[in-house]
Amino acid sequence: MRARLPLQLLIGAAIFAAFALAALVSFLWVPHDVTALNIAAKLAPPSREYPLGTDHFGRDMLSMLMVGARTSIAVAILAVGIGMLAGVPLGLWAAARRGSLIDEIIMRGNDLVFAFPSLVIAILITAVFGPSATNAIIAIGIFNIPVFARVSRGAALSLWTRDFIMAARVAGKRAFRISLEHILPNIANVLIVQGTIQFSLGILAEAGLSYVGLGAQPPTPSWGRMLAEAQTMIYTAPRLAILPGLAIVLAVLGLNLMGDGLRDLLDPRLRRARQ
Amino acid sequence: MLNRLKLAIAALALSASAALAAKDTITLGMVLEPPNLDPTAGAAAAIDEVVYANIFEGLTRFAPDGSILPALAESWEISDDGKVYTFTLHGGVKFHDGTEMDATDVKFSLDRARAPDSTNAQKALFAGIESVEALDPRTVRVTLKNPDGLFPFKMAWGDAVIVAPESIDKDATHPIGTGPFRFVKWVKGDRVEIEKNPDYWGTPVKLSHATFKFISDPNAAFAAMMAGDVDAFPNFPAPETLEQFKADPRFRVIVGSTEGETILSTNNKAGPLADIRVREAIAHAINRQEIIDGAMFGYGTPIGTHFAPHNPAYVDLRALSKYDPELSKKLLKEAGQEGLRLRLMLPPPTYARRGGEIVASQLRAVGIETEITNLEWAQWLEQVFKGKDYDLTIVSHTEPMDIGIYARPDYYFQYDNPAFRDLMDQLNLATDPTKRAAILGAAQAMIARDYVNGYLFQLAKTGVANAKIRGLWENAPTQANDLTGVYWEE
Repeated sequence: MRARLPLQLLIGAAIFAAFALAALVSFLWVPHDVTALNIAAKLAPPSREYPLGTDHFGRDMLSMLMVGARTSIAVAILAVGIGMLAGVPLGLWAAARRGSLIDEIIMRGNDLVFAFPSLVIAILITAVFGPSATNAIIAIGIFNIPVFARVSRGAALSLWTRDFIMAARVAGKRAFRISLEHILPNIANVLIVQGTIQFSLGILAEAGLSYVGLGAQPPTPSWGRMLAEAQTMIYTAPRLAILPGLAIVLAVLGLNLMGDGLRDLLDPRLRRARQ
Repeated sequence: MLNRLKLAIAALALSASAALAAKDTITLGMVLEPPNLDPTAGAAAAIDEVVYANIFEGLTRFAPDGSILPALAESWEISDDGKVYTFTLHGGVKFHDGTEMDATDVKFSLDRARAPDSTNAQKALFAGIESVEALDPRTVRVTLKNPDGLFPFKMAWGDAVIVAPESIDKDATHPIGTGPFRFVKWVKGDRVEIEKNPDYWGTPVKLSHATFKFISDPNAAFAAMMAGDVDAFPNFPAPETLEQFKADPRFRVIVGSTEGETILSTNNKAGPLADIRVREAIAHAINRQEIIDGAMFGYGTPIGTHFAPHNPAYVDLRALSKYDPELSKKLLKEAGQEGLRLRLMLPPPTYARRGGEIVASQLRAVGIETEITNLEWAQWLEQVFKGKDYDLTIVSHTEPMDIGIYARPDYYFQYDNPAFRDLMDQLNLATDPTKRAAILGAAQAMIARDYVNGYLFQLAKTGVANAKIRGLWENAPTQANDLTGVYWEE
C-alpha cells in the first residue's frame, strides 16, 4: 500500500519550488536589469512597472529578489554538495572500519570541526581569503562535512549488523563494495532528509555572511546584503527590509517543512507506524 | 490631599528645572575611532576630531569659518622679506600636567615635527622652516627658507600643535596639551572622555565633561541618536535618515561644507590606467549628480578638480570631465582597452560603499568591468594607501588645501609630474593673494587635464544634534570637533 504524501511535504515543496522557479526564470528573464542603477527612480513604491517597488539605487525589488534567490540557492546547493561528497565517504569508511584507528581519526576530526562555532570560522575563512561567493561556499561546505559524516556513519553502523550484510560478507564481498552496493542505497533516505535540512541552514548561513558583507560581492544581489543595506531605511521604506527578510524566512521554512515531510515519507519505521 | 499633590508637583518641577540647568555634559558620536591620540604622529582624521582645539592647541588655530585666529601665539610679526616670523606667546600657559608652556616647548614641537626621523603625517607643513629659536620664554623666532605667506595657516593644523618634551612619549595614549579640556580616559573600542581644564589660560569652556563615542555602524548611530545616548553626531553616517531627523523637533540637522574632496582615486601606474586616455574615459563615464543623489541622498557639491568649491581660488573645471559615455567608449577604443577589467577597493564609509556601486554601474555602461572589494579601514590603509595595490578606490580627502599631495610621486595615486611639482614650489614662494590664486588655478587645471583621479563631489558635513545644543561647527574647515564654544540652551 502506498503511503499518502504528508501535507507538510506538499506545502514545503510548493514554497521551495516557487523560489527555485523564480531563480531559474531569473537566468532567462527578469523584469529589470539588476546591475543597471536608476537613481531617478529610487525608493519608488510598488507600481505596475515595479511590482514590489525599487530600492535605494532604483533597482527593481522583484528582480533583486529573483536573482538573490539564485545566489542563495546556488551557494547552499554547492555547500551541501561539498558536505555530502566529502562527508558521506568519510562516514562510510569510518563505519566499515568501526572501532579501528581510522574510525577514531575520522570521528575525532569531525568533533574538532564541530567544536568551532561555524559562523565564526566562516567569517575567518572569508576574511583571510577575501569575501566572495566562492569562499562563502567553501566555508559553509566545510561545516557540512562532519554533519554528513556522522549521519552516514550512524546509519551505516546499524546496517552492518544486519543479516543481509552478513550474507554479502559471507559471499566474499569486500567492505568497499558492501558500502557502495548495500549500505549507501539503504541510507540514502536519511541523507536526503539531512540534505534538505542542511540546505535550509546553508541558505541561512549565506544570508548571514552576506549580511556582514562576506558573501557574494556587489553588484551580485543577495538577500542578506539587501537586508543589511535596508537597515537605516527601515523607518522610511520598511519594504526594503521586509521583502528580503520574508524571502529568507519563507525559503528556510519551506525547506524545513520539506525535510520533515520527507522524513515521514522515507523513514521506514515511521511509515510502518502510520500504516 | 490636594496640598500634598501640589507639593509633589512643585518638587517635580524643581528637580526638573535643576536637571535642565545642570546639563553641562555632552556625548558626541564619531564613526571612526582614532588609532592613537597624538595628532603629531598620525594621519587619521579621527585623532584631530577628538583632540584638536579641545586638548591640544597650536600657535594659531582655525576658526569655524576657516579663517586663522591666534591661539598660543598672542601675536606675530613678519620681517620685511617675509622670511622671519616672530611669535609672541601667551604668558601663564600650563600643560595639563602642570608644567609651563614656553618658547622651548614651541621649539621642541617644531623641531621634532621637521626632523628627518619625524613621523608627522604632514611633514610638508614644516619643510620650509630653516631654524627655530627661543629668544626668551615668550618669544619664538622662526626663520624660513623662503618667504611663505601661508605660514600661520600651516601652524593652525592639528599636526602642528604644541607638545611638551616631558609628556610626548605618552601622548599617544594619554595626551597632555594646553587646551581647555584635559584627557580623562580612553576605553578602547568604545569612547574617549575629556573634562574641563580648571587652569585653562583662555576663556573657560561652558561644558564640564565631554565624551566621544565611537559608533561605526550607521544603524547603530541612528538608534543611538534616536534613543538620546548620543547628543550630537557631527558627521552622521546615514544621509538617508536626515529627513526623518529634520521632521523631529527634538533634533537639528546641520548641513555645511567640509574640506573633503571625494574622489575616485586612480592608481596612475597600474597597467592600463597609466594611459591618460583610459583615465579620461573613466572621467567621462561618471555621472556625478547620480552619485550624489544615490549615495548621499543629494548632500554634496559636484567638483571638477581636487579643490573645495567654497574656496575663493576654486575654478569650476567640471566641463573637462562632463558626463559623456559615448566619448568614453571612443577613448577606450582608441586606447585599445575594450573589455577592461579593474579592481575597485572600497573603504567602509557610506559614500565609498554606495558610491562605489554606482560608479561600478556607470563604468559598466561604457564597457569597463569592475570587481568590487569591500575593505575595512586597517586593510585599506595597508593595501591601498601604503601598498598601492589597487586600481581604483573611493575616498574623501578631508585635509584643508591639500592639492599639494599631487606633488608627491610616492603618494598612493602615484601621479608623477615635474611640472606640477614646479607649480607647488612657486606656490610656496608666492605671498601675493592674486598670484597665489592664479597658481592654484593653474594647478587645479593641470590635475583636471591629466585626469589623475575621478573628481566626484565635495563631501557635505551632515550632522545631527539635539536641538538644544549651540556652538557646534556648521562647516568643517579642518577635521575637528571643537567643543570650546559648545553649550546647552536652557
